Amino acid sequence: MNRLQQKLNDKKENLLTIYFTAGYPELNDTGTIVKELEAAGTDIIEIGMPFSDPVADGPTIQASSLKALHNGMSIKVLLEQLKAIKSEVNIPILLMGYINPIWKYGVEKFMADCEAAGVSGLILPDIPLDEFKTDYEVLYKKHHLSSVFLVTPQTSDERICAYDEACTGFIYMVSSASTTGANKTVDTEKQVAYYNRVKSLNLKNPTQIGFNIKDKASFERACRYANGGIIGSAFIKKLSEEGDLKVKVREFVAGIQ
Amino acid sequence: MNENNNNAQPQHPPFRGMGGNWGVDSNGYYGEFGGAFIPEMLQPNVDALKACYKEIINSYEFKQEFIDLLKNYVGRPSPLYFAKRLSERYGAKIYLKREDLNHTGSHKVNNTIGQILLAKKMGKSRIIAETGAGQHGVATATVCALMNLECVVYMGATDIERQMPNVKRMEMLGAKVVPAESGNKTLKDATNEALRDWINNPEDTYYLIGSVVGPHPYPEIVAKFQSVVSEEIGWQLDEQIGRTAPDYIIACVGGGSNAAGVFYHYLDDTNVKLIGVEASGMGIHTNETAASMACGDVGFIHGSKTLLMQDDDGQITEPYSISAGLDYPGIGPLHSHLFKTGRATYIDATDREALDAAYLLTKIEGIIPALESAHALAALEKIQFKPNDVVVVNISGRGDKDMDTYINELEKSQ
Repeated sequence: MNRLQQKLNDKKENLLTIYFTAGYPELNDTGTIVKELEAAGTDIIEIGMPFSDPVADGPTIQASSLKALHNGMSIKVLLEQLKAIKSEVNIPILLMGYINPIWKYGVEKFMADCEAAGVSGLILPDIPLDEFKTDYEVLYKKHHLSSVFLVTPQTSDERICAYDEACTGFIYMVSSASTTGANKTVDTEKQVAYYNRVKSLNLKNPTQIGFNIKDKASFERACRYANGGIIGSAFIKKLSEEGDLKVKVREFVAGIQ
Repeated sequence: MNENNNNAQPQHPPFRGMGGNWGVDSNGYYGEFGGAFIPEMLQPNVDALKACYKEIINSYEFKQEFIDLLKNYVGRPSPLYFAKRLSERYGAKIYLKREDLNHTGSHKVNNTIGQILLAKKMGKSRIIAETGAGQHGVATATVCALMNLECVVYMGATDIERQMPNVKRMEMLGAKVVPAESGNKTLKDATNEALRDWINNPEDTYYLIGSVVGPHPYPEIVAKFQSVVSEEIGWQLDEQIGRTAPDYIIACVGGGSNAAGVFYHYLDDTNVKLIGVEASGMGIHTNETAASMACGDVGFIHGSKTLLMQDDDGQITEPYSISAGLDYPGIGPLHSHLFKTGRATYIDATDREALDAAYLLTKIEGIIPALESAHALAALEKIQFKPNDVVVVNISGRGDKDMDTYINELEKSQ
């Protein structure tokens, strides 16, 4: 059992996952942010590997990705940073990223280096499920990495179950049809119907709701329908404010829990 | 079709549209390239398209509508013109496929007619598109006006500035033109924005993609709609010189839709040399280039596994070309496959070479080509032809939109 699976085993509700972009606001903030998030009581950390063309992301994470790339962030740098703090932290860390930089780095080498850096799992949204099964699943297993898959309100029951079958972490429920941080008004009735639809499938994996989870109220609402919630853009916005980094991280987490 | 239409071209075989053995395999791949590397947010839409496109575009009703619009609305067949003075200059028999004479001024409309019919059959009410030079944007805005559908076109802010006449045309046609402000603010960034729009509007919206790029099944759909070009060349050459295949076919390549269309029916005929011309901007040894094959390697862009320009960390490089329509860091997966297998040869032309080729064609044939097509013409300088070689150059678009650039560059050199 890796750290993520242990966490999901131990805690079944109100799981708080926080996302940040590696290399943002500054190149060497990764270690500080991870440690502070852990100290503040976050359950799981999702670190975004910045990419030049993040099509699934809204303006906030596009901007943080661009800044991170300008700062010099890369997969190599991130994995070295994580390796350096591996023995100091216990919080499960997931990496999220687009496939192109991983392909360039070398898929197998990437997985091996993730394991060596203490990473628990991966969210690679642009790998189709079929490709995952034929080319990636065996590597995830070999390197003890959990797989996390996204589902949306438009994903059919059949596909959700297929993802659940392949999943070894949690099902990431995208709250509404949108890019990250879209902040759009949603039809709450439709949304609740979608949440209940997923619930009724009795998935073997836990679920967490992400996209447009931005504060205490939206987090608590997510936790009513899933095992937890994932906050990304709102945290990035907080990090972009003036002030001491550690204080900002602690304030943000305290404001949610 | 009515009696008149049949009488209009009795000698031509009916347009069969889409054939050949160079389609994708059952997983959406051309060899090792292609596929659909997209997040789940796009998957249901792409799956819906995948599930129905074959049945729709192969239906009798669809074909009738498609053929009728291409003929009576677009003005097809486009002429195959023997360019006498150009032939004398280069010592070969050079024919120009005049896609520039299509309604809206380029080959792009062949595809937008096909896809708008597809979108209507799928019951979509809102159309989105990306555009570089604005030719695909105009062709999309045009068919949306024709079909009374809402139209939103994403265009890089840089391209909006350099292709203003096309922006105004789109707006006049009723489309909303949204500037893409990320990256270099060109075609790649416009495509990112269009994909984001589709993620945010998954139910009523159809993404009318403009080239043989994007996730499967788009590359195949667009190539099939554009294949009307190579089909016409077959009977047009037969009519004019009694043979159905040329020795060379030359086309410019950005994403690669005009090249895919003009190559299509000749892909299996290995006697025909297929030449794609990439835009190398200031040159392939500079950072100011858009030559994805000369300067790129395997990666993933806009949902497709293909050749693209990227740095050592796998970040996609910002391309550069004087031609907004070729200013794209990737290439359609079909072309990556043709390149890898050696079935087609890809060369490059710089900004300067393209401009010179455009001025030459204007002077000696009285045709002002689009800057994109000028790259194909520039290849004539680089190939040693035999006197009897029959060469078809695809003039994919006309130069009206590029007049500012042409005039500025002329003034600079004077």
